[in-house]
Amino acid sequence: MMKTTCLICDGLLQFQKDTILNEIILCDDCGTELEVISIDPPKVAEAPMEEEDWGQ
Amino acid sequence: MTKLKVSIVGCSGYVGGELLRLLLFHDQVEIQQITSERFLGKPASRTHPNLRGITKLNYTSINDLEKCDTLFLCLPHGVSSSSINYFASKASQIIDLSSDFRICDDTLYEKWYGKKRKSSKYLENFVYGIPELHRDKMVNASYISSAGCNATAVILALYPFFKEDLVEKLPVISEAKVGTSEGGNKFSMATHHPERTGSIRSYMPVLHRHTAEMVQELSFNSTSKIHFSATAIQMVRGVLATSHIFLKRDLEERDIWSLYRKYYLDERFIRIVKERQGIYRLPDPKILIGTNYCDIGFVKDPNSNRVVVISAIDNLMKGAAGQAVQAFNISNNIDEIKALEFPGFHII
Repeated sequence: MMKTTCLICDGLLQFQKDTILNEIILCDDCGTELEVISIDPPKVAEAPMEEEDWGQ
Repeated sequence: MTKLKVSIVGCSGYVGGELLRLLLFHDQVEIQQITSERFLGKPASRTHPNLRGITKLNYTSINDLEKCDTLFLCLPHGVSSSSINYFASKASQIIDLSSDFRICDDTLYEKWYGKKRKSSKYLENFVYGIPELHRDKMVNASYISSAGCNATAVILALYPFFKEDLVEKLPVISEAKVGTSEGGNKFSMATHHPERTGSIRSYMPVLHRHTAEMVQELSFNSTSKIHFSATAIQMVRGVLATSHIFLKRDLEERDIWSLYRKYYLDERFIRIVKERQGIYRLPDPKILIGTNYCDIGFVKDPNSNRVVVISAIDNLMKGAAGQAVQAFNISNNIDEIKALEFPGFHII
């Protein structure tokens, strides 16, 4: 299984067998959405995030 | 399977009630006695109505304690140490939830408690009760002193920084918003509903006794400088501690993630909570009510070496009864999450 790390928190990311290019995956640790930009070697980029209103 | 016989001394209070709730559902425990002088002869459900129909235990007197395997002491501060010989004659294991055996150093105790300790007897036998820091010493331990609630929230949040000597020689400032249950179940004019509701009470801006535990547990090569304040807010249960530390060297947030992973990756009751989306991005005690979790989050100030560390617990659980049950499990070689599996409510 291909492994890489989250760009934000360095958490371990494991690609599944069926992970495909441009898929959005979620970091288990910090919840950041990441886009798969390469399968082999495994690489991710931060996916565009919609600004959410977090309230006060 | 032989169950361990346990008794809870001083069970009519909030912490005693939580212990009873947890231990009634612990499949390796038989609760032998619960004591209360004030509610002598009355059923447990008189003080803990959530346990109606679950237990038929009635309160007995502390003077009628029978021998058991483990005694949980939920007594006012000063009482456990003054009667320790009596309690030690009744059980091979004592888990004390008061502050009597938390502070190892007499000078530190006197500084923060404003009086000399009544007795140092047994003190050296007690293991300080935060499992994540003292798990090895807890295995087969006979005497455990559970940590203070605010101390638990602050110590767990800051421990990796102090242990790795990353903190600048400046005082650390920590401020906790706390639930009113920290004050126990004794009432006064100050707790009268018209006075209490809606107020934000800076009840201990300085000199909070839990500071002694923070200094004790976070001092390694030199005595750490920690200043702690507590504010009671419109909340029944919970602690949210916000701590400001200045680092000796600049770290990126990824480095701080790694630091926490180094110490807490395998901890089952510590979660690093720092998310970029969603409603609960940083720790919030609201969703920890009834759980044994300590959630820790942080934000690094990009304009300085300051890290703001935020930690949340339920003061009656990870800050008292839950922590004590976790320590009990460890010390008796029981899976440490036994009776502590509850994941909390959302919404509540």
